[in-house]
Formats: sequence, structure tokens, C-alpha cells
Amino acid sequence: MAVAEVRQPALRSDVTPMTIGQRFAKVPLNVFLLVVALLWVLPAAGLFVTSVLPKDIANASGWWNVFSKPSEVTFENYRNMFNNDTITHALWVTAQVTLGATVLPVLLASFAAYALAWIDFPGRDIAFVGVVGLMVVPIQMALIPIFSLYNKLNLFDTIPGLVLFHTAFALPFAIFLLRNFFAGIPKDLMEAARIDGAGEWKLFFKVVLPLGLPAIAALGIFQVLFVWNDFLVGFTLAQDNVPIAPALAGQLRQFGSNLDVIAPASFFSAVIPLTIFALFQRYFVQGLLAGSVK
Amino acid sequence: MTSTSVGAEFPDVVRTPPAPPPVSPFRQVLLPFSFFGPALLLLSVFLIYPAIATVIRALFDDRGKKFVWLDNFDRMFSDDIIYTAIKNNVIWIAIAPLTVTLLGLVLAVLNERISWASAFKVVLFLPLAISLFAVGVIWRIVYQQDPDQGLLNAGITVAHDVFTPPGVLHNALPSGNALSNRFVLKQPIAAGDTAKLALTGILPEDVPSGAKQAVDPKPESGKITGVVWRDFKPGGGKIGVVEKGELGIPGASIDLLKDGKKVGSAKTDDGGGFTFDGVSGSGYTMQIAPATFRAPFGGVEWLGASLVVPAIIIAFLWTAVGFAMVVIGAGLAAISRDVLEAARTDGASEFQIFRRVTVPLLMPVLTVVFVTQMIGVLKVFDIIYAIAPGSVRNDATTLAFEMWRRSFSGQNQFGFGAAIASFLMLLFLPYLIYQVRSQRKNA
Repeated sequence: MAVAEVRQPALRSDVTPMTIGQRFAKVPLNVFLLVVALLWVLPAAGLFVTSVLPKDIANASGWWNVFSKPSEVTFENYRNMFNNDTITHALWVTAQVTLGATVLPVLLASFAAYALAWIDFPGRDIAFVGVVGLMVVPIQMALIPIFSLYNKLNLFDTIPGLVLFHTAFALPFAIFLLRNFFAGIPKDLMEAARIDGAGEWKLFFKVVLPLGLPAIAALGIFQVLFVWNDFLVGFTLAQDNVPIAPALAGQLRQFGSNLDVIAPASFFSAVIPLTIFALFQRYFVQGLLAGSVK
Repeated sequence: MTSTSVGAEFPDVVRTPPAPPPVSPFRQVLLPFSFFGPALLLLSVFLIYPAIATVIRALFDDRGKKFVWLDNFDRMFSDDIIYTAIKNNVIWIAIAPLTVTLLGLVLAVLNERISWASAFKVVLFLPLAISLFAVGVIWRIVYQQDPDQGLLNAGITVAHDVFTPPGVLHNALPSGNALSNRFVLKQPIAAGDTAKLALTGILPEDVPSGAKQAVDPKPESGKITGVVWRDFKPGGGKIGVVEKGELGIPGASIDLLKDGKKVGSAKTDDGGGFTFDGVSGSGYTMQIAPATFRAPFGGVEWLGASLVVPAIIIAFLWTAVGFAMVVIGAGLAAISRDVLEAARTDGASEFQIFRRVTVPLLMPVLTVVFVTQMIGVLKVFDIIYAIAPGSVRNDATTLAFEMWRRSFSGQNQFGFGAAIASFLMLLFLPYLIYQVRSQRKNA
């Protein structure tokens, strides 16, 4: 995990200052990367500008014309969005599912990771290897049996149903990540606490959990983004209580004429993960690196 | 997976001193189970059981009543749409992971040399925080075919118009008998003559901007003068006569030909008038050049059957390259500066250092990124659903997409869908083995 934090000194570690020629050679590089950055910003800017244009104007001329006619900007679409019961309900469902499907897997994975890291029990190694293997199982593999199961148990189209599914699919990676992190806690510390008479639960809550907080934070942010952004699970296992992305799926059929609904809702639904991402970027990157590099 | 055999006898576990309290059955079984149990329960219900159930389900018919052995797989491999799906999966796997890794590598290396590196990183990384569904919406706006709506086609149109500008008129007909239907003057024309090129069938909003009252041409010796105009005014007007209220067509191109060879061309002014100087003799022909009527560039049909797969892959690259760049960048930062310095001191060029030092040292990270992308690409669903219009879903489909479509989009082909899912799982199997092997030593 530490790799992310290594601050990068620029490549020119030589003491001699850059000559004018070297400085000049950097101009094309800067221009090139500026163009790349622009290519990355423009598509997203298109969504935002489209979301603040009246429908007939958005359909008649390109969104980039707004820069010559800024007076056309209106927040009417957003007002309509908040008056649209389907959309507000979907946002509310998304928020509930995200909360549940973040807290629950983080909690359960912490327990399990602690057991895998610090309690000796028979079959522990097999359990860990099993968890690693389960990280590979794609969601598609579970949809059909869980769909029938949910129909029998009346969990179809419910928030608990979505939360449980997301929780289960988050567990393998979460356990893997936390187990590796917990295993890095100094053994002496654990032994000392044990000698002091701390039981396993006390150890877990007083030692492991506080020390594991960075990893738990990274995992939590990861999970918030993942669940908030889900489309496939909500689309398959719910109908009326769907999160925001599946709620918009029906509007795609008439893409152009529904743009005044799709664009603001898509943009608004992206603002929340973007904000979380911007606030906790460091944790997010750390989690990502721990998940992929290790 | 795990067999927590309750009530079994266990040998004493050797622990580091000081000796732990005597090992009770509670400590051995119930305690770890209380920690690991809840997760194990969920994993069993939602991952282990469904994985097995899906494989079994694939051996039954769509309604799940009849055991059909491998019929579903038989059907699968003789299905045209599944064939397209497999073909598209191959295209995705051949293009996306490699491109993502290479772009990520190049951008990570270049990004080390600029002063605004962290800002650049954030910009490329942002799409990763957005749902793939929203990414699909974003790119669907980019890909709109009308160059007045889709950014990509707007850009292409600008470039296209530099080489072949669109004409000033798109719909027009000859008015009266002077012009043929290819806009050639039927009668030969001579110096000192006037040419009245009358057009009709032009909608008021199609009249080029800046058009003024048409002016009747005056004959001048040694010249051919003329006018191109909209031979129509409210109420009709007389055919072939320039009247008040009839507008000239500015910007039209006129060609003058002699013996089939072009000897001159002119552009009309705001009143539709034009003049050819230095003309002598007779036997000229005249026409309104086809460029005048050239239709504007209609835009590339990105979301048509033939381009929809690459179009979706590009949208995917937009989300994935930032991830690759950040991960590779972290690997790059971990490379010892001394190694690079040593190579530089030995006189290696920047490119040699990149090829012979940086890339080999980064190989483990590059492999991880590449493999992660391969797995990610096989699972892609949201972005295909959001970008591909209903009419081209058959052309844009992949196995993961088709699995969902057959099972849940109202088709209810659960046996068939389970067969696709099982086949998909088979493709993941090498990765599973690779993962388990590489983690075993950590266990």
C-alpha cells in the first residue's frame, strides 16, 4: 500500500539546471498532455452542458454553442428531476442500498479477515485460498439462481435483497484486502494485548480495528462507489425499487427526446461518487493499488 | 470450500511463548466460527451455491423442467448472435487490455515530466468514479450522428468541410425551360449575352443568409453577365423573369465551358449576379456547378451496426486508462532512481532507458494491469446497454451481455442463459487458477 505514497521527484535529478533547449523540448510534451486532458474532459462537459439546456435547444444545436449563448442555461431540467417521483425514489433507493451494502460487508469482512489473520483454526489456509478463488466469480454466474431464490423468498425488488447481494459479492475482495492488512500488524503488539488478558473480541475492537482503519476506509470508499454505480444487479433483481442507473434504462429507448431527463439524472448521479472520490482520493488510490499490485 | 468440522479432535497448536491458555473446543471452533461464520454464510448462499446451481441449470431446458444434457450448449454454438458475441469478445480482448496498458504506460512515463502531474492524474482518473451507465450516456451524446449534436461528428465535419465544403443550396429545381435538370443552360451563349439562371423549389429557410433582391443582368460587350435567383415570390410571379421580392442566391458557383472544357468560373454576389470578363465569340455553355448543391456532411454513423463495437471500446478506454496510468505510475515511482541514473551515465538515450530498463522493471505491474483488464473486459455490460441503441444490440453484444439478455430482458431463456454463464465461467477459470496459485504462498 505504501507505494502510492512515495512522492515522485522529477526525473531530472541531476544538479545542473535545465538549459533553454531542454525547457523548450518540454513545450510539445505539455501541449500533448493538455490535448489528452481536454479529450478526457470534453465528453463529460457535454453531459453537464446538455443537462442545463432546454430540450428543444439541446436537440437543435450542439451543446458547445452554449458558450456563445450562455443565456440559454436553465436549471429547469433539474427542477423537473426533483419533481419526478420515479427519479427521486430511485435516488433514495440508491442511497439506502449504498449505505447498507457498504457498512455490512466492511463489518463482516473485518470479522472474517481477523479470523483469517490472527486466529488459528483448522482449514484456515484453505479458507483464505477459497476467498481468493471467489474473487474471480463474475456476477453473471449468480444472477439466475439468485433471481429464482429471491422470487421464492420475496426478496425480489426489495432493498434488503439488493444489499445482501452486493454484500456477498463485495466480501471476497474485502476479506482479502483486510486480511493482508491485518496480518501486517506487529505480532508483539497482539501478544502483549493477549498477555494482558484481552479476549479475541476485545483484541478485535481495541487493537485490530483502530489499526486497520486506513484499509477499512479505503475499502469503504471503494464499496460506496461500486454500489452507487451499480446497474446490472439493480436492473436484474428489482423492478420498482430500482437504483438510479436502472431507473434511467427505460428512457434510453427514445434517447434524443428524453435527453432532458437522462442528462440531468445521469450527471446528478455522478456528482455524488465524484465528490466522495475527490474528498477521499488518497484512500481510493491506496485501495486500488493494494487490490491490484499485491 | 472451508470445512469447519464441528466437534473434531485437534492436536495442540504450537504457539510462540508465553504459552496460551489451554485450548478449549470453544476457542478452536466456535470462536473462529463466530468471526468467520457470517461471511461464510453469505458467500455460500450468494457465490458458491449459485455457481454450482448455474452449471446444473444449464443442463435443463429454459423452463427448468426437463433435463436436456448438453442441448443448451449445442444451441449456443449454432446460434448466430452467440457467434457475434464471441467474435466481439475476441475483438474486445484483442484491443482493450493491450491499448489500456500501453496508453497507461506511455502517459504515466510522460506524466512524470510535467509540473502539473497530479492535476493530469485526477483528470484521467475521474471517469473511474462515474458509473459505467453514465459513461455510456456521456458517450452516446458524443456519438450522436447529426454533426449539430454529436461532438465527434462535429469535429470531423470541420475537417471534412475544409476539403469539400458543402454547397449553398441543397434542394433546388430549375425554374422554366432555360436550364436542364442538371442545371446546364440549354442554349449556347455568346459574349454580350445575359444568362438568367432561374431556380425554384427552395424553401424560405434554405435561402442562403445574406441574400438580397435579385438584379436583372445588363448585357455588356466582351462579357457574359447573369443572375442566379429564386424565381418565386409570394403569389407565384412570372417564370423566368426577375421581379421585385425575388431573392438572388449568393455564393453559387457558375462554370463557363467551351467545347466541353471549363474556361472560367465565377461566384454569385448577394443579389445572385455574376460576370465573366474577357469573353469573345459564341458557342459557350454554362452551368451551375454541382458544388453549389453538394449536401453537407451527414456525420459518421458511429452507433450503426459496423462501428458500434469500436465505439463502445473507445468509451471503455476513456474510463480505464486513468486506472492503468495511476497503477503503473505507482510502479514507476518505486523504481530506484539509481538504476535510471546509472543507465543515463552509461550514455543510454531516454528511449533506450525506457525500453531496456523501465519496461522490464515494470513488467510485474504491467502484467497485473493487463490481466485485470482482460477480466474486466469479459464482464462489460452496463456500457454496452447504455450506448448501443436497441436496433444494433445484436451487433454490439458480448457473452456477458447476451447472458443477461436471454435470461432477463423478457426472453426468459434461463437454461440458455445459464449455459452462457457457465461458458463464461470457463473462460475465467485460468485466471482463478493463476490467482489461487499466486496467493497460496501468502496464506
